[in-house]
Amino acid sequence: MTTAFNLLQQLCSGTPVFPLALTIGTYLLGAAIQRRTRWPLANPVLISILLIAVTLRALHIPYATYFGGAQLLHFLLGPATVALAIPLVSAMEHIRRALWPMLLALLAGSVTSMVSGYALVRLCGGSQVLALSMLPKSLTTPIALDIAQNIGAIPSLVAVLAILAGILVAVSINDVVHWIQVKDPSAIGLAAGTAGSGVGASHVLDQHPLSAAFAAVAIGLNGLITACLAPFFAAWLKHW
Amino acid sequence: MLEVMQQLRGFLTLLLFQFAGVLLKAGTHSQLPGPVIGMALLALWLYFRRRHSHEDVERVANGLLRVLGLLFVPAGVGIMVNLDLLRSSWLPLTVGLAGSTLIALSATAWVMSSLQGRRSKQGAL
Repeated sequence: MTTAFNLLQQLCSGTPVFPLALTIGTYLLGAAIQRRTRWPLANPVLISILLIAVTLRALHIPYATYFGGAQLLHFLLGPATVALAIPLVSAMEHIRRALWPMLLALLAGSVTSMVSGYALVRLCGGSQVLALSMLPKSLTTPIALDIAQNIGAIPSLVAVLAILAGILVAVSINDVVHWIQVKDPSAIGLAAGTAGSGVGASHVLDQHPLSAAFAAVAIGLNGLITACLAPFFAAWLKHW
Repeated sequence: MLEVMQQLRGFLTLLLFQFAGVLLKAGTHSQLPGPVIGMALLALWLYFRRRHSHEDVERVANGLLRVLGLLFVPAGVGIMVNLDLLRSSWLPLTVGLAGSTLIALSATAWVMSSLQGRRSKQGAL
């Protein structure tokens, strides 16, 4: 029994085959669960992370070993970030028509997200590293991870926070825009992309074509704006 | 076969722009991540050459973006190393996450809609 277990462990850490198969398999399983249940919390990324963590614990495989194999997928985040230029450019006509309102709204979203996230964590007794991890959490994950490393936040925590923020936006956006009486579809799309990036935006994609276009723009531009601002905010907030 | 070549060309374009971003970051000591600079460069390039076809890079990019979720699973699993942190700090994390997300959502929607509203009123006059 123990030898079989050891053999399994060895096979898992020797090649990237097991980490890759585990990651893709659990992700597809998560996607199937989401299609069946249509429940926002049944997010494929969240399900996959959970199942992999449980599997690694059960087989006593350290995270570093798993990550060594799964790095192939992780590396693709770089080209995927560059790929965000495509939806950005296809929405260029909308951008030009509403340039200033959009830039000011993005700036408002970026700054309120960073300042309130940092302040709320500190007020509730969280450490500085935790508070810093709030700064990039509303961004699309590949950009958020880059910034996390830049400002000394915890990348894995940022990845999970970014997914949870997206889910929260998806489940709450209809009520929130109702409370603040916003009906403009471009504003709703922009807000979904700014506060919840891809996961948040996916919820408004089929509501209105303008919402979809502005959500795509918000993901790219908020990434750019927050990437510029976060290092300065991080340096400034550290004195508090 | 032709299609595979086309996809490879598209992927190479993404890699070259990422590389250009990384180079520019190193050259300018910028705080911006290399891939983010690459994204901005590619957006400018596509915009100024918008009369040309960019089907090869568009297809690869859209394919990558469709599986974006899968790509951040390996980093997300790292949370298992920080379970103690989550257990001891669930309150500040929950309040910070929920509070700042709802505040940012409302602020963006409200600023955009009131500025747009004012503009369309001015346009009507």
